Parts: sequence; structure tokens; C-alpha cells
Amino acid sequence: MVSILEMPETTSPTIVNHPERIPKPETERGMIEIEQLDFAYGTNKVLHDINLSIPARAVTAFIGPSGCGKTTLLRCLNRMNDLIDSARITQGTIRIEGVDINAPGVDVVDLRRRVGMVFQKSNPFPKSIYDNVAYGLRIAGITKRSLIDEAVEKSLRSAALWEEVKDRLHVSGYGLSGGQQQRLCIARALAVEPEIVLMDEPCSALDPIATAKVEELIRQLKQQYTIVIVTHNMQQAGRCSDHTAFFYLGRLIEFDQTAKIFSNPAQRQTEEYITGRFG
Amino acid sequence: MEKDGSNSPSSILHSPSSRRRGRLLEQALFWLFRLATYFILACATYIFLDIGIKGSRTVFTSTPPFINLPFLTEPPQTLYVFDHDGKKMTLSDRQFREWKSAHAGVEVEATSVAYSAGGIWPCIVGTALLVIGSMALALGIGISSAIYLSEYSRNGPWIRLVRIAILNLAGVPSIVFGLFGFGLFVIFFGWNVSLIAGWFTLGLMVLPAIITASEESLRAVPQGLREGSLALGASKWQTIRKNVLPYALPGILTSSILGIARVAGETAPIMFTAAYAMKDEMPWQVAKFTDFFFQGVMALPYHIYVVSSKIPQNEYTERVQYGSAFVFLFLVMLIALTSIVLRERSRSRLSW
Repeated sequence: MVSILEMPETTSPTIVNHPERIPKPETERGMIEIEQLDFAYGTNKVLHDINLSIPARAVTAFIGPSGCGKTTLLRCLNRMNDLIDSARITQGTIRIEGVDINAPGVDVVDLRRRVGMVFQKSNPFPKSIYDNVAYGLRIAGITKRSLIDEAVEKSLRSAALWEEVKDRLHVSGYGLSGGQQQRLCIARALAVEPEIVLMDEPCSALDPIATAKVEELIRQLKQQYTIVIVTHNMQQAGRCSDHTAFFYLGRLIEFDQTAKIFSNPAQRQTEEYITGRFG
Repeated sequence: MEKDGSNSPSSILHSPSSRRRGRLLEQALFWLFRLATYFILACATYIFLDIGIKGSRTVFTSTPPFINLPFLTEPPQTLYVFDHDGKKMTLSDRQFREWKSAHAGVEVEATSVAYSAGGIWPCIVGTALLVIGSMALALGIGISSAIYLSEYSRNGPWIRLVRIAILNLAGVPSIVFGLFGFGLFVIFFGWNVSLIAGWFTLGLMVLPAIITASEESLRAVPQGLREGSLALGASKWQTIRKNVLPYALPGILTSSILGIARVAGETAPIMFTAAYAMKDEMPWQVAKFTDFFFQGVMALPYHIYVVSSKIPQNEYTERVQYGSAFVFLFLVMLIALTSIVLRERSRSRLSW
């Protein structure tokens, strides 16, 4: 008799992934490939057999109800889960530009510099606005003042914050409004010139105006960066992403172009979630 | 409204007598708590007034500069008491010798009272040296191990064992630390009764407090700051050094200052390891540099112990007893005050 655990997963929905719709040259800068990924906190398995190719220089949104594993997956991409005791990838690989990021020789510090992250709760450091943005540069060993000045201005401009803060660069980042703080965190992440920017519900604590600004920013940033955004807000996914992945109970249910997901999803669960019937 | 039965909830809810009982109980408890608080206040007031009044007779003078500078700047001396020409003379060792040379040939029957003349300067210096050395030692080891425990270690049976050990260390009576320091540092390491033996003994004694306080301060730094820093490509140590430790340091130092008060106040750990009852040379009067670490010193708490229990008590001993206690209390209060001011200042500067 075969134990239920060893039986092939017949109940899991077929994963609809349409690689032919997405241009996929091998090892493009900023491209992420996730293969058969399983992830567990201790004995609690939270991600099951995730297969996903995240295209470069585009915005990919992860949507799904709370606890579906989308943030966990996001934090796998820059190995932020290393910080959590007993959390580990039990199977599968994640490749960024063709390199397995969990391979033994990979320098996690370098990985995190290349894969920036913006957190759900904006977390500016208790330093001045300037020092916040300069932090990553100084960490990387850049000491020349003029280089840092230049990079700070450039990053703040990219984060659409420069005009608002240029006269008070040396006051504490805590004095900014919530939306400005989140853009400061984005500027901070951009300063170290990452290839990929991960955003974990970046607008969940922001009002609609600040949200609109951050979304506009996300649309602009995809010219240069691969952006992966986790969001609870489906309108937001619709507004600013090119591709959308829908997760449910630790499985990837559907991944497609955003327009397709929102107009004509292939899976019933996706449709029910998007139309608000559950989740 | 319920009409029947006195046992229904509403009959109790609306009964005037039960409400009266409740009010009485409230009043009684309120007074109990109030009296308990007043009792503490009364005890504290009595102690502070007693030492303050009796001590200020020694420490302050009625003429400018109003502070008894010799008491603060001179070493302890023996007091000589004798009658001469129907006058009661109380002279310190030095004054007595001068007096004798001035009155050559005069035979006097002088009673000597140890330590009751002169001042307590070497004790203040010794206590300061003990505090500085032991705190440097304890902060170095304590902060390092707190960083390990809070930032690097993963919870497991081994770390739990370490934590239990720290907890137990905190519960060890100070006299046991004294004996331990005597056995290990003084005898086994052959350091004799010395500053360095005192530093290690006192340092070990405050270590648990410093580790606990440092760990708490480190844990109070939001995880978001660590993640934010790591996500920018900072290494673990860079994150700790630039983005965790600076924010935890005010808290660590504040709590450590309370540790200082404890180190300064303990008698038991130093009585076998570092303290001399009497020493003529000041700590810096050493033949060679290394001797500095291997000399015993006088210390305030031990001096108080010596002058209040190791010498015959009489009317002349009170001066130095209360004077020392007053100075000591003042120094400890100063340290505690510094810690409070620091805490308030760092609180207002850092908030998340």
C-alpha cells in the first residue's frame, strides 16, 4: 500500500505558465528562474513546487490571500529567510541570471546588493535623509564625498523624492511623511544600483495619494530594474504590473500577463479571487 | 428588574449593602497600598537624613570654602587624644608629631584612635580605579557576549544552558564572588591582593547584569533596521556595527551605570581580593609600571567597614564613619543621576 504522502499530487491544479508569451533569452540581466521550489518553516511546509520565470525589466506582481506564501517566496529571492531560524528551502532552485543563489559558493552579501528590497513597513534608519541613502554606498566601501553626493541625488531623483527633500537632506528621515519614508527606502535601495528590486506590499501603510506616487515610480523604474511586488491590492497589481502570479495555499495557481489574469484567467480559483469571491 | 429571590444577580448588582462593602474594601486596600508606600518613604528619609546630617558635620565646615577639603584630599591618619593644660587636644598623627617637637620634654598620655583623623582621599581614588577597571572589563566581555547571544546565536539547548549559567551567575552572593576571586586570582594565579584581582572579581560579578541589559537593548532595536541594512548588501557585522549597536549603546551604557553603582558599593568581593585597610602610598606611587596592577588599594566601602567594625568604637570614630558614608552615598547618587539623565536624553533622541 502506498502512503498518502508518497502519492503523486493529483489534486493540485495544473500550473498555467505561458513562457512563449514572455521573451526569455538565456541569463538575461535581472532575470529570475524558480524551479520546483519547496520551502518550510520547521516542519510547516509553506511553498509547494513553485515554478516561475520572472522576466527582466518588467513588473511582476505576486497576489493571493494572506498566508499564501507570496512574501515568503519574495524573501527567498534575496535570501532574507536565512535570518529566520529553521526556515529553509527543502527542494528546488532559484537562479538569478543563471546562477543558483543558494549554491554554497554564493556570496549572500553580494546577492543582496544586487537584489534590493523594500519592506512592507517602511524602515528608514534613524539617520538623516542623506545618510539613509548613502548607507549602502558607505557599506560598500565608497568614501569619496563627491561620488556619494552624486549617487544620493540620483537615487532621490529616481525615487521622485529629490524635489521634496533637497533642502533638508541632513534632517532625520523620521521627519518625513509615511509615503516619503517609503520612497526614501526605495531611494536607499536604488542607491546601490541593484538589478532587481523586491517590494513587499510597499503601499500597505500609505494613503491613496502616496500610493499613487509610489505606483507611478514603480512604472518608471521598470525601465531599468526587474521589479517583483507583493500586493494585497488587486487594483494595484492591475495598475502597475506587467505580469501577475496568483498564489493560493503555498502553490502557484496561475502566472500570466496581468491583462490576461484580470480579464480572462485560466483558473477558476484565480477568477474567484480576483472578483472578490474569496480571499 | 428582577423581583424574586435575593440570590439573583440583579439583586446583588443593585443591593446598596453589597455596594457599601465594596466601597469599604476599596478604601481599605487603597490605604494598605498607600501605607506601604509611605513606609518606604519613611525608611529612605530616615537613612538619608541620618547619614546626611551626621555626615555633613564631617564633610562641610562653617567657614569658607564650606567643604572640609582635608577630609577629601588627605589619607587617613591616627587620631591622638590627650589632656594638656586642662585642655582636651585631638590631633592627627602629623599634627601630634609637630606638637611633640614643639613641646619637647612634655610627657602626655595620649589615646590613639586608628583612622579617625585625616581624610579618605586614597579610598576615593581606590574605588574609582576599581570601578573603571572592572567596568571596562565587564563592558568588553558583556557587550561582546550579548552581541553573540542576541545577533549570532541560534536558539538551542547549548544557548539555553548559557542563559541559565548567566542567570545563575546573577544570583551568586557577592561574598561567594569574593571567595572565588580570592581562590582563583589571588592564590591560584598568584596575583596577590591587587587591583587586577579586584577588577576581575568585580567584573565577573556585574557581568550578568551587563549581558542582560545589553541583550535587552539590542533586542529593542527593531528587526526592520537589521533587515533594511542586510538588504542593502551589508554584512552581518557591518549591520551590527553601523545600524544596531549605535542605537543600543545608550541603553547599554545607562544600564551599565547602574552596574557601576553596584560595583562601587560592594565590599564583600574586594575584601579578599583588592582592598587594603591602610596603605600609605597612593596608587600611582609605584616603582615600576606593572606594579600598578598588582597593588592593593584602599576603597570606600571597605573603609567604612573597617572604621565601623574593625577598630574600637568611641566618640571619635563617628566622624570618619559618617563622613565616609556621606561621601560614598553622594558618589553613588551622582552615578545613578547620570544614568537617569543619559537615559532620558537617549530616549528623546531615538524613537521608532
